Amino acid sequence: MTLTAVAREDPHHLGVLVDVAHEGPAPKRIVTGFGFWIFLLSDIVMFSCFFAAYAVLLGRTAGGPSGAELFNLHSVALETACLLLSSFVCGMASIAADERNHFWFQIAMAVTCVLGLAFLAIEFHEFADLVARGAGPTRSAFLSAFFTLVGCHGLHVSAGILWLLTMMAQVFAKGFRADIERRFLCFALFWHALDIIWVAVFSVVYLIGSAA
Amino acid sequence: MSDIHGLRHQAGLAPGDEGGSVGLRVLVYLVGLGLAILLTVTSFFVAGTDLVWQPSIPVAIVVLAIAQMGVHLVFFLHITTGPDNTNNVMALAFGLLIVFLVIGGSLWIMANLDQNMLPTDQLMLMQR
Repeated sequence: MTLTAVAREDPHHLGVLVDVAHEGPAPKRIVTGFGFWIFLLSDIVMFSCFFAAYAVLLGRTAGGPSGAELFNLHSVALETACLLLSSFVCGMASIAADERNHFWFQIAMAVTCVLGLAFLAIEFHEFADLVARGAGPTRSAFLSAFFTLVGCHGLHVSAGILWLLTMMAQVFAKGFRADIERRFLCFALFWHALDIIWVAVFSVVYLIGSAA
Repeated sequence: MSDIHGLRHQAGLAPGDEGGSVGLRVLVYLVGLGLAILLTVTSFFVAGTDLVWQPSIPVAIVVLAIAQMGVHLVFFLHITTGPDNTNNVMALAFGLLIVFLVIGGSLWIMANLDQNMLPTDQLMLMQR
């Protein structure tokens, strides 16, 4: 008993008694949230590679159309508004979840979902329009990089919407249980992170891309 | 459990968690939304204007984007500089280091190659 007590107070055997707190592992909510935060950061690192490729290939149009001729900044502004508002409403859903208010949670999640779907619809329309004008991903290195980067973000949003619908169903069926709340914490982080990546997309891809 | 050597680790906060009353939390999100809209509108305005020196526009857009990402991190993801957030901030700092290495390094190396290598058509001529 005395041995363990000494080891506790001198964890590195430095001969100095240090006051070390032994609170045990952090609560599960913190561990889960932190782990998901690490995943999101690795996702952001992956996106940074696509951004680097896009920035390098921006001028490599192979005689094809450049960003200035292709991008419609009005629809980009609309997409930005959709995603920004959906991120805000998702925050409202977080508050409703913490208050365990089923009604406002489901309303806020439904609005988040509609705004996310509107974003995807505009993006899909834009992609279809580009391909129809002969500016598909095979046209030039610039367009390959563009479709990879923006399409990858679009895939993330699609996955996010599937996750969102799952969360609505789980909260509806199982209520605000601790494990459901942890899942929702991760979902909210994911959705906000997608908006952060979109900020980089509309700035670098569309605004700088149409200036170059 | 004393705090003498600063070794006592705080219980910490999960990223995305914050305290406060409902009204206060809604206000935080509203402030974040307002700042984000302001920065987005400025960014779109700067991109389309000819009121400023043209070569400064890409730099201005990048600076505005980084500012807006900061706003999102603080007001939406609640990553703050508080002691309960140390782990989250350290992970973020490491992520940013990698991001800047990847993007900055790629642009630097490719710009160098662009300047110092022969264009492909001339390389083909030399191989004949």
